[in-house]
Amino acid sequence: MTNLLPLIRNECIKILKKKRFYVILLILAVLVPMFTYAQMRIAQRSHDKFNSDWRLEVQQQITDNQNSLSSDRIPEEWKSYRRIFVQQLQYYLDHDVNPNEPSGVTFTREFLDNSVTLFIPLLIMAVASDLVSGERTTGTIKMLLTRPVKRWRILFSKMTALIMFVSLIVLSTFLISYFISGLAFGYKGFNVPVFTGFQIGGDTVNMSSVHAIPQWKYILMQCGLIWFVSLVVALLAFMVSVLVRSTAASIVVMMATLIAGTILTNMASAWTTAKYLFMVNLGLTGYLAGTPAPIEGMTLPFSMAVLGVWGVISVIISFTVFTKRDILN
Amino acid sequence: MNDDDYGSSAKVVLSVNNVRKKIARKWIIDDVSFDVREGEIFGFLGPNGAGKTTTIRMLVDLIRPSAGTITVCGYNVNRQPEKALQFVGSIVENPEVYTYLTGWENLEHFARMQPGVDEARIAEVVDIVRLDQRIHDKVRTYSLGMRQRLGIAQALLGRPRLLILDEPTNGLDPKGIKELREFIRKLADEGLAVFVSSHLLSEIQLLCDRVAIISKGRVLAVGGVEELVSRNSPYVLWEVEPFDSGRELLAARTEIQITDPSEVTLDDSVIAGMGTNSVITIMEDAMIPEIVAMLVTNGIEVRSVHKINPTLEQLFLKLTEGETID
Repeated sequence: MTNLLPLIRNECIKILKKKRFYVILLILAVLVPMFTYAQMRIAQRSHDKFNSDWRLEVQQQITDNQNSLSSDRIPEEWKSYRRIFVQQLQYYLDHDVNPNEPSGVTFTREFLDNSVTLFIPLLIMAVASDLVSGERTTGTIKMLLTRPVKRWRILFSKMTALIMFVSLIVLSTFLISYFISGLAFGYKGFNVPVFTGFQIGGDTVNMSSVHAIPQWKYILMQCGLIWFVSLVVALLAFMVSVLVRSTAASIVVMMATLIAGTILTNMASAWTTAKYLFMVNLGLTGYLAGTPAPIEGMTLPFSMAVLGVWGVISVIISFTVFTKRDILN
Repeated sequence: MNDDDYGSSAKVVLSVNNVRKKIARKWIIDDVSFDVREGEIFGFLGPNGAGKTTTIRMLVDLIRPSAGTITVCGYNVNRQPEKALQFVGSIVENPEVYTYLTGWENLEHFARMQPGVDEARIAEVVDIVRLDQRIHDKVRTYSLGMRQRLGIAQALLGRPRLLILDEPTNGLDPKGIKELREFIRKLADEGLAVFVSSHLLSEIQLLCDRVAIISKGRVLAVGGVEELVSRNSPYVLWEVEPFDSGRELLAARTEIQITDPSEVTLDDSVIAGMGTNSVITIMEDAMIPEIVAMLVTNGIEVRSVHKINPTLEQLFLKLTEGETID
């Protein structure tokens, strides 16, 4: 009986030596400065326009959105988005809190919000899609499975290593984003209040449960949700990599599903059963910020349950297939 | 299979009993049985597509047989792989190792997968396969021969009782093949059971003590190499002058069978050295002096007599020919 720890260690060594994880860090280190620069330009422009009075800026945003509501050319779905947005902005204005207080922390919060549905899942796939199919592509799976170790132990060690790296990726996304954007916006801002708890019903926002929390707490919650989304995406990508022999095919399958998810999110509000698909439920952090869900009836617990079920099913499929299948080539 | 009398004193390490495998509604392996004993080199011989690789994959639990049992040192490979496989070292097809790791890291990786393999043992197998010069280089930079040796080092790590090598000489140069042969013999002399598959009959004949001949998923014969080969009479090549009357005299004898050169499987080197006036016969070699005398008394000049020992190839063709008829 071999212990599980050495097996997990093997898998971690392989992920590290393959340099996938370093590539992910490199991607972040290259892209985050780009976003930071773009954000800096926006901040500069509004600074010039509103003489650094954020109240004027928010008021302007409210007026702009209200004006567009009267236009006939804007579809009804978009209008309800904007009505909700206006109400939220008004709430910030009424409570004298700048929703876009420029700081490294605010940037990180927004960056995490925007990357949860596509960017972070893509980084996760770079590791997950290769774990089993990579061994099959190179043929090393034969060496791995002819050792005196039960197959489920091998798969379990791979999955454990994957979960560890998922956590590392989420953590490094936060750290890299914070440290790089901090260079431009400063490292303060952890205690700035952020409002959360907007309850959306149709066009109106129920403000009764809205409360302010310090930004660090908000980011902590955000990271937790992102970790959960990443975990489910990782488990799905892992299943695909068990099912498909080539790494390329495995990445394409997952990419296509994720991109289909973002497309569906933008157009599926009429097709309500689409809410059971995992890929439209990835925007968990939107529930914190109070952005309307893509399909009516979706709530944070609902989305987490859907993702959880998909995750569990993919684990079951991975283990059943991996432990039973003949390795023909 | 009548191999029970051969080396029956040695312990059976691998036992394959009535194994069958159906893939996509086709019987790829149809009733394969054989035993491999301690200290012997067992050849598994068959043309490409005969089912060699499928059988080997079943021996190491990569494929589960549809019927039949495979046991290694008393453990069923498919039911208790974690027990049975600790006695087995194998290279299935190519020696596939992690190219992004060094040779040493590869061995450490596989050492962690089995109990009782420490650093000293890793150093020992590195020494056995003589890879110590390059062991800390990335495998990416290794030649095929070096990868082959690393594969064997990996297979030997857990001090196996059975070593399975699938087409081990593929891609090796003649010197490498000779070295490998000596190496395998040395391992077998130390008591290891070695199972070698090949489609090269001459290779198996040189290397193995016993063979199983497989074709179209069936075992056609199992036995000692000498025993199997001696079932056939040798070829005798006659160079005679005048050719026609010499040939007639040879044909007149019932003990001698004359064959057409096109039906004979001889080494290319023999065919190249053969004169145009040669008669190829199949006969007992004990009769050669008598026939020479007979030819001479009949006024035929015997320029040369060349005996070619029977080969597995001959046997193999004979066996597989019967297969194609039915």
